[in-house]
Amino acid sequence: MSTIFGIPTPALYGQILIGLINGSFYAMLSLGLAVIFGLLRVINFAHGAQYMLGAFAAYLLLNYLGVNYWLALVLAPLIVGVIAVIIERTMLSRLYSVDHLYGLLLTFGLALIMEGAFRHWFGAAGQPYAAPSQLTGAVNLGFMFMPIYRGWVVVASLVVCIGTWLLIEKTRLGAYLRAATENATLVQAFGVNVPLLLTLTYGLGAALAAFAGVLAAPIYQVSPLMGSNLIIIVFAVVVVGGMGSILGAIVTGYVLGVLEGLTKVFYPEASSIVIFVIMAIVLLVRPAGLFGREE
Amino acid sequence: MSSAPLLEVRGLNAWYGESHVLHGVDLDIHEGETVTLLGRNGAGKTTTLRAIMGILRRREGVIRLRGKDLLALPLHKVAQSGLGYVPEERGIFASLSVSENLMLPPTVSEGGMSVEEIYALFPNLYERRSSQGTKLSGGEQQMLAIARVLRTGARIILLDEPTEGLAPVIVQRIGDVLVALKKRGMTILLVEQNFRFAKKVADRFYLMEDGRMVNSFPGHELDARMDELHEVLGV
Repeated sequence: MSTIFGIPTPALYGQILIGLINGSFYAMLSLGLAVIFGLLRVINFAHGAQYMLGAFAAYLLLNYLGVNYWLALVLAPLIVGVIAVIIERTMLSRLYSVDHLYGLLLTFGLALIMEGAFRHWFGAAGQPYAAPSQLTGAVNLGFMFMPIYRGWVVVASLVVCIGTWLLIEKTRLGAYLRAATENATLVQAFGVNVPLLLTLTYGLGAALAAFAGVLAAPIYQVSPLMGSNLIIIVFAVVVVGGMGSILGAIVTGYVLGVLEGLTKVFYPEASSIVIFVIMAIVLLVRPAGLFGREE
Repeated sequence: MSSAPLLEVRGLNAWYGESHVLHGVDLDIHEGETVTLLGRNGAGKTTTLRAIMGILRRREGVIRLRGKDLLALPLHKVAQSGLGYVPEERGIFASLSVSENLMLPPTVSEGGMSVEEIYALFPNLYERRSSQGTKLSGGEQQMLAIARVLRTGARIILLDEPTEGLAPVIVQRIGDVLVALKKRGMTILLVEQNFRFAKKVADRFYLMEDGRMVNSFPGHELDARMDELHEVLGV
């Protein structure tokens, strides 16, 4: 059996794949957080809960309404997006004029309520959610076997990340968003309905989290705390990439996922802290993050 | 000049937080007119523009455009009723290219300049259309800030110190642009310290001091009033 630095190559490739999959979730979630923070200046602590809601929406749609995975992939983000829009309109938008800390506290409180409610209804144990039949099984890539669903997750997350990036960088709506991130008052003075833009952005960010949640449902179990386990790492990813940087969030998400996977191979003891070590180093060397602009 | 003014400001008071900065400002601008606000730094010229635009929210009094009350409107509706704003700091967005900056403000009515006309008026902007907005020189940024509101079909443009900090040749160029706009029938409210520049374009002047309008006179009287102005403006 071939080895690299004494590590059997199948184990290495396997960990890289796991890293890519984790990285896919880091990228999708940190992307939403970065978009929301960039425009609203709110650190959305409810992001993990919105990811969890996405997974639960898929689970509930399947078990109570017989809605399949593919439809859930569309419906769950829509449902969570609408909930987020209501949250922004009725609560979050009232806090823009006060210190940003209040937005953080509000979203943190909402996350606790949502997670608490689902723990009350479903218990802390995870609920199983089967991958759709089209995506079960594995393919032989020649150097390793890859479960088809895992390959799909990587592809789907890349499509969503690139799509979101194109939306922000290449469209008129994206230009409004970028400009409003710099100077919202002036953009509004030009006649753009910035309050609506803020609402839609929060809805979009939450919908991205929910989409990630549906993708995650067949891999990790659907559990009330699935988001809070992940969100701390995702915050570290956002900090490393640079607060508010879209491209930074995406690239850093995948790279840190893979680095974490590699650490599991070469020095497993450090695998659960490697991302935070990197975060600390980046904060020391480049406080604005790898892709962030100094303010 | 007997018709109703296009923009009418009556008894405008405004506050920055607790500090009362405009005290009963009155101002009329008729269709096609260029009106210039003169005054020292801190006299309230920029504040008047910001209060008319609705960027400064704490206001009392009357601001009417064609008889329509602007005071009650949310900020984005003010531009939609036909005001185009060119801020003192120019407000060019760093994360947008020159052409994206140009295309940013939504169209508010028919009759704005086409992109081709704008590029014909500002050839530099065409050459640098794919550069990052803030990579332009100060003069080019000023031209971009003006060009940006010409596309939208705004009927009145509020120009805040367009010549500040620019080389004489650029000032000349901006003066030519304003004259061209006047010829097209654009209504302009200009804040300017450089009254040799303002003289070229202004039909009327208003003089501000300590957040109040203290005088107004037609453009041709500027030379005769130089001594008085030097005293008030301290230049």
